[in-house]
Amino acid sequence: MPEETYEHHPYDVVVIGAGGAGLRAAVEASDAGAKTAIICRSLLGKAHTVMAEGGIAAALGNLWPEDNWKVHFRDTMRGGKLLNNWRMAELHAKESPDRVLELEQWGALFDRTPAGKISQRDFGGHRYARLAHVGDRTGLEMIRTLQQRAVALGIDVFMELTVTDLLKDGERIAGVLAYWRESGKFVVFESPAVVLATGGIGKSWKVTSNSWECTGDGHALALRAGAALLNMEFVQFHPTGMVWPLSVRGLLVTESVRGDGGVLRNSEGKRFMFDYIPEFFKAETADSVEEADRWYDDKSNNRRPPELLPRDEVARSINSEIKAGRGSPHGGVFLDIASRRSPEFIKRRLPSMYHQFKELADVDITKEPMEIGPTCHYVMGGVEVDADTQVSRVPGLYAAGEVAGGMHGANRLGGNSLSDLLVFGRRAGEFAASYVKSLGAGRPKISEADLKRAVGEALAPLQSGKAEENPYALHQELQETMQDLVGIIRVEAEIQEAIGRIAALQARATRVSVDGGRRYNPGWHLSLDLRNMLLVSQAVAIAALERQESRGAHTRDDFPMTDPYWGTQNIVLELKAAPDGGAPTLTKRRQELPKAPPELAELLEGEH
Amino acid sequence: MSYDLTLNIWRGDANGGDFAEYVVPAEEGQVVLDAVHRAQATMANDLAVRWNCKAGKCGSCSAEINGRPRLMCMTRLSSLPQGEPVTITPLRTFPIIRDLVTDVSFNYERAKQVPAFTPTAEQPQAPFTMHQVDVQRSQEFRKCIECWLCQNVCHVIRDHEENKEHYAGPRFFIRYAELDMHPNDALDRKEFVQDVQGLGYCNITKCCTEVCPESIKITDNAIIALKERVVDAKYDPVVRFFRRRRPRSASSE
Repeated sequence: MPEETYEHHPYDVVVIGAGGAGLRAAVEASDAGAKTAIICRSLLGKAHTVMAEGGIAAALGNLWPEDNWKVHFRDTMRGGKLLNNWRMAELHAKESPDRVLELEQWGALFDRTPAGKISQRDFGGHRYARLAHVGDRTGLEMIRTLQQRAVALGIDVFMELTVTDLLKDGERIAGVLAYWRESGKFVVFESPAVVLATGGIGKSWKVTSNSWECTGDGHALALRAGAALLNMEFVQFHPTGMVWPLSVRGLLVTESVRGDGGVLRNSEGKRFMFDYIPEFFKAETADSVEEADRWYDDKSNNRRPPELLPRDEVARSINSEIKAGRGSPHGGVFLDIASRRSPEFIKRRLPSMYHQFKELADVDITKEPMEIGPTCHYVMGGVEVDADTQVSRVPGLYAAGEVAGGMHGANRLGGNSLSDLLVFGRRAGEFAASYVKSLGAGRPKISEADLKRAVGEALAPLQSGKAEENPYALHQELQETMQDLVGIIRVEAEIQEAIGRIAALQARATRVSVDGGRRYNPGWHLSLDLRNMLLVSQAVAIAALERQESRGAHTRDDFPMTDPYWGTQNIVLELKAAPDGGAPTLTKRRQELPKAPPELAELLEGEH
Repeated sequence: MSYDLTLNIWRGDANGGDFAEYVVPAEEGQVVLDAVHRAQATMANDLAVRWNCKAGKCGSCSAEINGRPRLMCMTRLSSLPQGEPVTITPLRTFPIIRDLVTDVSFNYERAKQVPAFTPTAEQPQAPFTMHQVDVQRSQEFRKCIECWLCQNVCHVIRDHEENKEHYAGPRFFIRYAELDMHPNDALDRKEFVQDVQGLGYCNITKCCTEVCPESIKITDNAIIALKERVVDAKYDPVVRFFRRRRPRSASSE
């Protein structure tokens, strides 16, 4: 075999991922004078951010002057069942309005209020209409704006390049190994700072709103590089995914449908959410249809409809209705906006939803209700980072957006993801650039031995010779395992079984082999992704077993109550070398949750 | 209700290739991309195909299905002739990388040439006051998912490789129209889009509008409007007079 040769690229900051967080980080790092590269696995502008629909949560106060960062902070923390990193929630609430305005400065065209300001829409868990939006394609607007900004700044973008490993020099990040999807050739980036902005992990579940890229690469890269993951048990199931036809099962139906007046009904036609208002949100939730309906126009004197409870509550309620036999024909419940808003209103506010149902399900949402059910959507858990700088435990390794943990606690509010990407993407870019400056000439160096080992691992699926295991089949088995055993409702025996099955899949994954060569070979790509998906799924299962309570998106049938003890505990996972020198194993431990200072803690108490 | 579907997928690379036949089980409600994935997972692990969201939002899975440029994720099998094989070929206007994947870098190079949004002197700093009626024309063009189907079908560059260096294509004409109609943009790109980006090559046959999965009225609302604005700017003596006094065109920077 000929000696492997690599393309070499020196950079100050390498950003992995070109969704909202990655692009925003790159723009900031570049503005700070760092030589910056963006690596994306797909073409530029295709990242999963493009699928975000509803909007960007920011207390601009354009429609409700009563709104401000304190209310947003409170909503976020309560939505997260108080397990959020308070400092991240604070920074997020304070900085998101400026981040939204920055997009406008760069050319974004948000929908407008009658006064010509950025319009804001209602969403679950938010006290006021707070989401800056463009119809129901806000993610597209955001990614296009950031992409165009990055291009205008002349930032280097490496498209269809996949990162396989982070390389270190001692404790510090030294660079990145990646391969071109097109040619299969390897590329080495010598870069003392790396920003992980790789998004989520949803592709390990069968019913998911996530695109193929959400394979948890950043989570796995961070673990293997020595960083820690936080609270991986919190995986959000969005209440409204399509359920029929099977081809589109899991495809997202935006929360804006409910924000704009849509309601949930069971097979008996009943608005069942009134039966599921939890004690924690009783004081702020309407208990009659009349009050709920008045709220859309008069938020000062009425409480929020229960359809707009945080996502974890709504998803669980839908699940219960279906289990009780009151579901729709294809195993969901009904989401009805047709009977509540005019066809013109629906088409103007929800054009993508109208189009999606018409094209893919033959359903006219201005005339009939939609059938919907929960779909795996978002992971609140992620890389443990410093709240202000987004740096992980590994010097030079930063994480922002969905791959980072802490910000959303046990459950994320809708609209808080896009703002999270902007706020913490910017911070990661800023601090990565300043870290590199502080290094001066003393930059870490990549070792040739590490490089050889990493390349060998990446090429293994192409060299095992005979097709023992099919990566597509293994992926499907993993998805079924996570869907059936580590889904919305969890119980010890099932999680244990999942852990066993994942271990078996990991063993089989070492025998994966694929046909074809290195040039644009999706079978090979999936084999490498699979290694990440398995590690991250294992992390989710271990954390889910450890947290013996129900809180936010984590529901344990065997521990149905929220436990005050667990409200003070984060679950931290690390990959530690085995004492006998064997393969490193995932280890868990509990870690005290940082406490909010009194002036912030008091915002969380009592009623509004 | 499952049935057997025959796919004829073009496989090969820049050196040539041929159709391969795959018979896969298909279900009610499925789209072409489902069938391609089935073939990939069970019969051709290395079948190269681009896709991301499978929801018509990212514009990655463009191909030619029975000769017609479309998104594979938004083409339902039930919309194609029943009982007949489905033929899938890569986009013809761009060089083949492998199987259904083409080299679309032409578009990303053109994107780099677009002079960025530049706020007016009247409102240099966001928040801008802009009204819905004024933003919604540009909003139509910002629905573009960059699937490159309009670029692929445009006869100026389809089968005319030599025109590519002179011509940006429909996707970028809507981008220029979007900036031109942005209520708070100050830059004049009309001469640039005409002289450097080749707007004049377009003779409004509307092929691009027909294939747009976002139903953007590319020809009527963007290209024709832009052509009219270019004509007005180029030949209107009043506009010419003011432009000489206040030069701020992109090509002069």
